[in-house]
Amino acid sequence: MEQNTTPDSLGHYGYQLVIMVAQSLAVIVPVLVSLAFILYADRKIWAAVMLRKGPNVVGPFGLFQSFADFIKFVFKEMIVPAGSNKVVFFLAPMISFVTAVGAWAVVPFNPHWVVADINVGILYLFAVSSLGVYGIIMAGWASNSKYPFLGGLRSAAQMVSYEVSIGLVLVAVLLCVGSLNISDIVYAQEKMGVWFIIPHFPMFVIFFVSALAETNRPPFDLPEAESELVAGHMVEYSSTAYLLFMIGEYFAIVLMCVMMSILFLGGWLPPLKIMPFTLIPGPLWLIGKALFIFFLFAMVKAMVPRYRYDQLMRLGWKVFLPFSLFWVVLTAGVLTAFDLAPK
Amino acid sequence: MDELLREYMPILVFLAIAVALGAGFLIAALVAAPSAPDAEKNSAYECGFGAFDDARRQFDVRFYLVSILFIIFDLEVAFCFPWAVALGQIGVFGFWSMTVFLGVLTVGFIYEWKNGALEWE
Repeated sequence: MEQNTTPDSLGHYGYQLVIMVAQSLAVIVPVLVSLAFILYADRKIWAAVMLRKGPNVVGPFGLFQSFADFIKFVFKEMIVPAGSNKVVFFLAPMISFVTAVGAWAVVPFNPHWVVADINVGILYLFAVSSLGVYGIIMAGWASNSKYPFLGGLRSAAQMVSYEVSIGLVLVAVLLCVGSLNISDIVYAQEKMGVWFIIPHFPMFVIFFVSALAETNRPPFDLPEAESELVAGHMVEYSSTAYLLFMIGEYFAIVLMCVMMSILFLGGWLPPLKIMPFTLIPGPLWLIGKALFIFFLFAMVKAMVPRYRYDQLMRLGWKVFLPFSLFWVVLTAGVLTAFDLAPK
Repeated sequence: MDELLREYMPILVFLAIAVALGAGFLIAALVAAPSAPDAEKNSAYECGFGAFDDARRQFDVRFYLVSILFIIFDLEVAFCFPWAVALGQIGVFGFWSMTVFLGVLTVGFIYEWKNGALEWE
């Protein structure tokens, strides 16, 4: 951007702004639309495991089910409990949604295909996705009802517990990258010639399980364990306020899938740099890997029984935290001893 | 400044669009959906009868403990980020400095563990 002081500069900045808006929409809109089908896939996979049919009425094979659900949400009455704090009550789903969407600003889909190529990308992502817990605890408190209150507390404690392990996993990966830029993580794997899932396999497992806990997916959906807490922090929410929580949750889930692909599965890199693989463009590789991970998420939801809360906390604090800490020291030790750390 | 603006402006724009989208959803329902509130509908959800007391009650202190532990360990993680990125430059000395720091933290962690701060029977 040249330093330009003529009256023309306003138009110049306006032009830049239009580009930024277009780029942002080019990320948000496709993700939002694909979420509709990811939700559908989630329900279909779940149904298939249980030998049910799943959604199959709206559109061919029920493909438009999510759109029908969306329309239904918009036309449902918005119920605001009399005892609630009205402002916080509506702020909570907004925070959940905005933080889940906002994290996508730094996700690269291909070399230079990123809305904001900041050099602290992973730090931004970590920070913004941890803000999501505010939405949940505010929802629990503002509703002024017992189930949401307990659900919000549980969820907050669960999310912060697993965030520590996620942070340490990121540190272990960053040791091999030497930069906080997310694209650099993929470049580092390209340079190394091997995806980080191979040297860091235990970290991949920890990240996967922590991502399940972080996004309140089954088997860690204790905040909304319907047999005890009805729907946790979302009990009092209806209409699009509930929709914002749900979309936010799926935004976060898909973000975790994409992050796993970038951190451990080489992002947009093909598995081998040979002819049939290199024909497929990078973003498709990234999407394919993310969808594969989402498939694993859906299968876990279908197959694994729900954890008990004490088991969940034990796993987070007594297994994942010490182990990931150990792995960070081990990785750093190996890198230092053999002088492999990126300079 | 210009550099900073160019890097972070897209994030602001992105967040603004997210806020607009979220607000749009909420407003859409407020405009399009019917609204017929009554006292029963607006009362807090609890197995079919009115709530006995206020929902904002005492809660287990362990939730509080977990959040304190989280602050300690999350700060540690935040402290690890710059170290992890710079390890190539700071070399063996950097590695051992961090190991000592993590060792001190581990001692604290073992103390918490033995004291039962992590127990949820």
